[in-house]
Parts: sequence; structure tokens; C-alpha cells
Amino acid sequence: MDEIIKKEYESLVKYYEASGGNSHALISKEYASMVINGDKVLAKNSTEGIIIETERIENGVYARITVKRGYKAKNPVHLCFGMLPREGKQIIKSEIVAEEDSAVRFIAHCIFPNALRIEHIMDSRIIVERNAKIEYEETHFHGKSGGVKVIPKTVARVKEGGEYNSSFLLKSGRAGYIDIDYEVHLEKNAKSMLITKIYAREDDEIHTNESIILEGAHSSGVIKTRMALRNRAKSFVIGKTVGLGEYSKGHVDCTEIIMDDAQAEASPIVIGKNPKAKVTHEAAIGSVDKKQLITLMTRGLTEEEAIDVIVSGLLK
Amino acid sequence: MLRIENLTVIRDGIPIVRDVSLEIGEREVHVLLGVNGSGKTTLAHAIMGIYPSKGKIVFLGEDITHLPIWERARRGITLAFQEPARFEGLLVKDYLMLSSREKDMGKIKEAVKTVGLPYSILFQEIGDNLSGGERKRIELASVLLMKPRLAILDEPDSGIDILSFKQISNVILRMKEMGCSVLLITHSEDMINIADRATIICSGKVAKTGDREEIKKLFKYSPCPLKR
Repeated sequence: MDEIIKKEYESLVKYYEASGGNSHALISKEYASMVINGDKVLAKNSTEGIIIETERIENGVYARITVKRGYKAKNPVHLCFGMLPREGKQIIKSEIVAEEDSAVRFIAHCIFPNALRIEHIMDSRIIVERNAKIEYEETHFHGKSGGVKVIPKTVARVKEGGEYNSSFLLKSGRAGYIDIDYEVHLEKNAKSMLITKIYAREDDEIHTNESIILEGAHSSGVIKTRMALRNRAKSFVIGKTVGLGEYSKGHVDCTEIIMDDAQAEASPIVIGKNPKAKVTHEAAIGSVDKKQLITLMTRGLTEEEAIDVIVSGLLK
Repeated sequence: MLRIENLTVIRDGIPIVRDVSLEIGEREVHVLLGVNGSGKTTLAHAIMGIYPSKGKIVFLGEDITHLPIWERARRGITLAFQEPARFEGLLVKDYLMLSSREKDMGKIKEAVKTVGLPYSILFQEIGDNLSGGERKRIELASVLLMKPRLAILDEPDSGIDILSFKQISNVILRMKEMGCSVLLITHSEDMINIADRATIICSGKVAKTGDREEIKKLFKYSPCPLKR
């Protein structure tokens, strides 16, 4: 590792740890891992059953991750995407394939600690082959200025009996501008759960557009969105589930807490194109639940402390 | 310990509690009796500071009438709701820890055992997964751990099966042993048996305060004597 890369690596890992990442996993040969700063791959490690291939593209990196057929990963794959400079653009194009009967969990951290004007574009294609399973957990840390634009796009196809679950979490620091666009296609007996939990403050603006298309019979999917908005933050949430397959089941569940002058707009869309499919939704936007607030205050918490507890629980 | 003088609570222009004066002594279990809508819960909430009120509330010699809820709580008053809140994402153990500032897991387990719940409940969320009875007991555990000087318990016995009834009574007596006074709202005549004194509230007013047996007899004969 040359000196510059080493310094960037150490600096990024420091923030990675601070945002909850396990730095040991980035060094250990037992874990598949990848660390990217801007358009540079600072480190990567493939293991027996998980192959990580990368190449540099304009303003970013293309990565292909393959989980081999039948391989059930004991350890999660750790990914760290970051940009240390204050300004710039990062494009990550990725293709993740979980081959038949494989199982893997990804723990990804996206870190932009010094961001004043950063754009992070993620363009992923995910294939979950027959009876395979992918869990993808993504935690974001965008620093304190709100100068980050994050645009993640994922198209996933889950084949017969497969499972794809993903979570997008941003609890601390500013969110900036986030525009999530996820689309999951489920074949026969496939399952998926998409979870998004974001705490937005100041002028943060969040857009989410998540869809689960229940193509196969007995497929099932849930889109769960939890948001807390303060100050002048805004959110626009679309959760869509389309029931095409017989006995497929889809559910859209959105809860948002708004405080101060924040605004939220939620549009759950349920489309049934098969009389045997069942698609449902629930959405609630409101201030902090008064009973929860008063209960905590009767235990001696101030209003602010009580709100923190309630919001932390919602985003847990 | 607690002195209420001429307390009036008006909600939506209607007086719900009218000119109530009441005293509760140290380590006293005081039962508030009254028919539905008599103003018991409103009075309890006004003592806690949930509703604004006219009159005076003196607690341990200090006028707390204008203090917010959390400051009253920090001075040693707490309240367990008749219908406890649900908290998405919050585990029972975390709720008990933060609501009581008790970090000792041993003490938390002991409180859970005292209210008749299994330890496994500590790792569950306080949501729809728990029954109303379980959430009520969690509230009682939380009050126990907080070691208040005055616990206001709003119908802790409602929706509780007969076997658990004895357990709830024991928890209240345990609070008393710990030096806590209890203001207990109940419809249950049996619950009066653990009280030192009782008050009948009728149409927002105190109809009668007295010793347990006297009030019990009066309440049985006439649940709202002011209406006669």
C-alpha cells in the first residue's frame, strides 16, 4: 500500500469505526471486504466463496461481487464507501450476484464526514438466484453540513425461493439530499423486505421511491419506512407494491414523525392485478405521540429527552 | 406530603374537577373512588401536571402548581396510566433503564419479577406484541424502580385476572414499605382493602374523605352521594 493510499485508508477507517463499522473485518482475511475512497479502491479482499472484482470508471468504481453457488457465508461482507474531500462526485456501479442456494449478509457504510458539496451516486443491479439469500444493511454518515447528495438506485431480481432484504439507515448527522430509487422483482415463492429509516434535520430533503413487484405465485414483500423530520426538513415517500402472482402478498408501511416546520408527504400505492393477490398499506404522519411523550415526562425526562427516546425507537 | 387546595380543572370550558381539597400523608395508600366520569383521572393528571389547574398543589412543602410534568417527576411524583403507551423500537429493559435511571440489571430483573413478569419480556418491544395487562405491569415495574415519593396509579387492577390481583396489591404494599405514598384510582372494592384512607369523588367534587371502612360502606351504599 503506498503512503497516500495508506493515509486515506487510515483516515476513512477512523470514520468507519466512528459510524459503527468493524475495522477488524476490513483487515481480516476471513472477511470479504472492500474500501473505496472517491474513485480509488483502497483495499479489497475476496474469500473462498465471495469474489470481489473492481475496475476504475470515470468518477468512481465498478464492482462485481459474486457469492458462489451453495456458499453460505459465515461472516458478513464489509463494504466501506466514502469520500474524504469536501467536494466531489463518486459513482459506484455494482453488480451483486448470489448464486443458487448461497446466503450472504452485507454490512455497508457510506461515509462523507467532511462533505460540503459531495454527490454520491450508487447504481446497483442485484440478482438473487434460486433459493439464495442476500441481506444488505447500509448505514450512512454524512457529516454536519448537509452538503451531500446521495442518489442510490437498485434494481433487484429475486428468483424462485430466494430472499432479498435491504435496510438504509441514517440516524446521526445531517442527511442532506437523498433520492432513493429501489425496485425489486420477486419470482415464485421469493421474499423481500425493504426498510428505510432516516432522521432529517434543517433543510434536508428526502425522496424515496421503492417498489416491490410480486410477479410470482406466493411471493411476498414488505416496504417499511420510518422517518423523523425536524426544523424545515422535507420528505416525499412513495412505496409501491404490485400483486401479479397468485397468492402473492405485499404490504407498504410508512410512519413519519414531523416536528417544528418539517413537512412530509407519503404515498403508499397498492396495485392488484390478480384477484388472488393481497396488497395492503398503512401510512401515518404526525407529531410525536403525546401519550409516549407524557409517559416519559412522568419519569422525569424533559420534553427534548423524551422526543429523542421516541425518535430513536422509531428509527431503531 | 401532598396537599391540594381548592383545585379546579377546566377542560373545553367545562369544569371537570371543582374546588377539590385533599391531603395525602407519608406512606399513605389513598384510594380515589368514583363512578365513571366523576373526575378521578383528571384530578390525578392535574396533580402530575398533565392538565393545567387553578388552585394550589403543595408537595413536600413546595408549591409545585406551576411546575412542568418532568420537574414534578424529578421531585418524586410519578403516574402510571390506565392504558399504558406503546413504544415502537424500545425494548422493555431499555424503557425500564431510562425511565428509572437504574443501570443495575439485577434490580431491573427483580422489579420485573416482583410484578409477575418473566425475564424474557425484558428483550421484547413495548408494542402490540404485549397485552394490555403486561404493559400495565411494566408500568408498575418502572414506578417501582423509580422509587418515587408519591406514585399515582390509575386503575392498575383493570383488565388484570383475579390471580394477578393479589400480586398488584403486594406491589402497592411494597411501594409503601419503600417509603412511597400511593394515590390509587380504582373501581374495585377489594382494592380498597389495602388503603389507609379513601376519598369518593363525585361530579368533580370531593364527596367524602375518611378511613377505609367508612368510605367503603358509603361507596357501596351510594357511589355518588352528592347526587342524592
